[in-house]
Amino acid sequence: MTFNRRSLLRAGGGLAAGSLLPLSIVKLAFGDEAQDFTFAFISDSHIQQIKGTEFVRNWDRGLIRAVAECNLMRPRPDFVVYGGDIAQLAKPEEIDHGLDMLSALRYDVKYVMGEHDYYLDLGEYWSKQLGDQYYSFDHKGVHFVVLNSILTYDDWTFNRWSSGEERMSVMAGLDDPRGSPFMVGEKQRKWLKKDLSKIDKSTPIVVLSHSPLQKIFRNWNFWTEDADDVQAILAPFDKVTVFYGHVHQIQYNQIGNIAFHSAMATAWPWPYPGSYAQAANHLPVLTVPMNRGDPFFERDATGWQFIDMHTGRADVHYSLPQNENRVVAFNEKTGRPEDTEFQDEDTRIPPQFHY
Amino acid sequence: MFARSLLMGTVFACAATTGLYAAEPLGLPPVPVPKDNPMTEEKVKLGETLFNETRFSMTGDVSCSTCHDPEKAFTDSPLQFSQGINKLAGTRNAPTVVNAAYMGAQFWDGREPTLETQALQPFLNPVEMAMPSHDAIIEVVRGDKDYRAAFKKVFGVDRDDITIDLVGKAIASFERTVISGDSPFDRYMYGGEEDAMSEAAIRGMDLFRNKARCVSCHTTSQTFALFTDSKFHNLNVNFDSISEGVEELASGFLERKAEGADVDVTVLTDKAAAELGRYTVSERVQDIGAFKTPTLRNVAVTGPYMHDGSLKTLREVVEFYNRGGRLTDEAPINDFQDSGIRPLDLTEQEIDDVVAFLEALTSPQFADVAQE
Repeated sequence: MTFNRRSLLRAGGGLAAGSLLPLSIVKLAFGDEAQDFTFAFISDSHIQQIKGTEFVRNWDRGLIRAVAECNLMRPRPDFVVYGGDIAQLAKPEEIDHGLDMLSALRYDVKYVMGEHDYYLDLGEYWSKQLGDQYYSFDHKGVHFVVLNSILTYDDWTFNRWSSGEERMSVMAGLDDPRGSPFMVGEKQRKWLKKDLSKIDKSTPIVVLSHSPLQKIFRNWNFWTEDADDVQAILAPFDKVTVFYGHVHQIQYNQIGNIAFHSAMATAWPWPYPGSYAQAANHLPVLTVPMNRGDPFFERDATGWQFIDMHTGRADVHYSLPQNENRVVAFNEKTGRPEDTEFQDEDTRIPPQFHY
Repeated sequence: MFARSLLMGTVFACAATTGLYAAEPLGLPPVPVPKDNPMTEEKVKLGETLFNETRFSMTGDVSCSTCHDPEKAFTDSPLQFSQGINKLAGTRNAPTVVNAAYMGAQFWDGREPTLETQALQPFLNPVEMAMPSHDAIIEVVRGDKDYRAAFKKVFGVDRDDITIDLVGKAIASFERTVISGDSPFDRYMYGGEEDAMSEAAIRGMDLFRNKARCVSCHTTSQTFALFTDSKFHNLNVNFDSISEGVEELASGFLERKAEGADVDVTVLTDKAAAELGRYTVSERVQDIGAFKTPTLRNVAVTGPYMHDGSLKTLREVVEFYNRGGRLTDEAPINDFQDSGIRPLDLTEQEIDDVVAFLEALTSPQFADVAQE
């Protein structure tokens, strides 16, 4: 039996609802679909040291599971992107323990810097282990750009804190009012412009960052201060897709030519923020702990994603343990990413009114 | 044919089915009955006869009741693996038929959605009844005068219109009468009898609901208790035997399935593939090594335990959970283990109490089933 690869992926995403690309079955005919491939995206594991060789079990299990599931994908993803926040407090022990678990992946891994990897030593140990904090590469006709989007104002970074530990602990609080907004910064934006200057405008661009390169909610740093400037650099290209971690929830959006997709965390979910556009914001000010009450299934509302790139567009398959898997796919008709199942009013999961 | 009618009578008497019988036993909700297979007394009777029919096996000595023996609370306790023709062993411990009517899916991996379709699989499985085809079953039925009369009476069909689906419907109707509640727990919880359970069992019930976390999967409610969430979980039972090479095993299985390999046959004859659990049905990576949550009713008389019958006593089972899904602190935890399973920190006394509670879930009609 030989199936056309495209029809097969469609079946995995649309028809067989809830399945995550069960593709092992058939011989794949790749033919001339040169820009078609899959990659996996794992993010936000927040590996946390308790003491010595003791780490928070729950976060370990989330990463272990994502890695194990990822290794089972058929066809095999071409590579894996790790979306940042390997560690909780950027300690070398946490980064090393996380990388140790990630080493079980049978694929090449591209790493993105997260703020939890950075603010202890300003990324020194991370870079020693993983190399450049921003870079680009080409894969099957798609140009990938990795940015370090979690930088902030120099004054905040260098002048306010008695130690790296203190700086890290402030940035580690979701809604700590002493925090500071993320940014890509002028240096990287210049580099980005130069990097993209060699690229044809019809080449599909994929940007990988930790924070959203769009402005969602400043109080929680679901935000990048210079997102508009970065978007302007990406504007001339026909097809741009941005993937980010950080928000620990499913988000998708289209701004002009740019499609945005977030990644689930393997560690824990965040609630949805109030929109900054609302007139009043009544969210409690302090302080969301980096954990949650005891849900029986620790993996509930966590997950990882498998991305199907085709003709320069991305369909994101979310693997959600103990939940129905979801697929957010680019709709060529409406020109934006949409949830393949829950878009229509009557297929949505109804909100909960009774507590 | 009805040698066990005395025991059956007990089950019948308390079985409520669409108004045919008395109210449900204490602790159970109404039995769900599919619209296209309404219950009748004659159909149930025919179903019971078919359930005990040994001519539906290649060797003429195996029936449904061989592995689901009414005198053993509808299991084959104390066997670890069920035995079909010529004592051939499968890969799984026989789940009880008792209260299977309430399950969201049948078999340990839920590979059949209904009692009707479940009943037809063991006829053909080479390690169970090993018949060459469903036609061979129908031949037996059509060739039997009593069956012809019964099918005419129950379904209004003549000889040539008897089908395998009708056989399944009759057996399923019988199984919907095999329900049991009225345990000491039910009398305590739903009957208001404060002395129905021992002090140890009452302490065990509190642990069951709280510290021991049992109730999260073995669910109970305000008015009834089925002790199952009808979901599938990887507990880390024997998964270690396939951890090495699981990627090749899983993708190899899906290839065989796509090429036409029968799931029912494969999981009962291939020990490694059997451990893939729910994944063999759903093909979701999240379901690797996951098996259905069984009921806990009559659990004290239906050992051994777990999908592979690998744990002999209830105490062993509670100790297994207490260590987060292992019997020793050194045993490995597999990468796909369900995130609900984690160390419980129960004391020896608390473990005993949980066991005492589990022993209070035995219904009166099975109280005399001996445990070897």
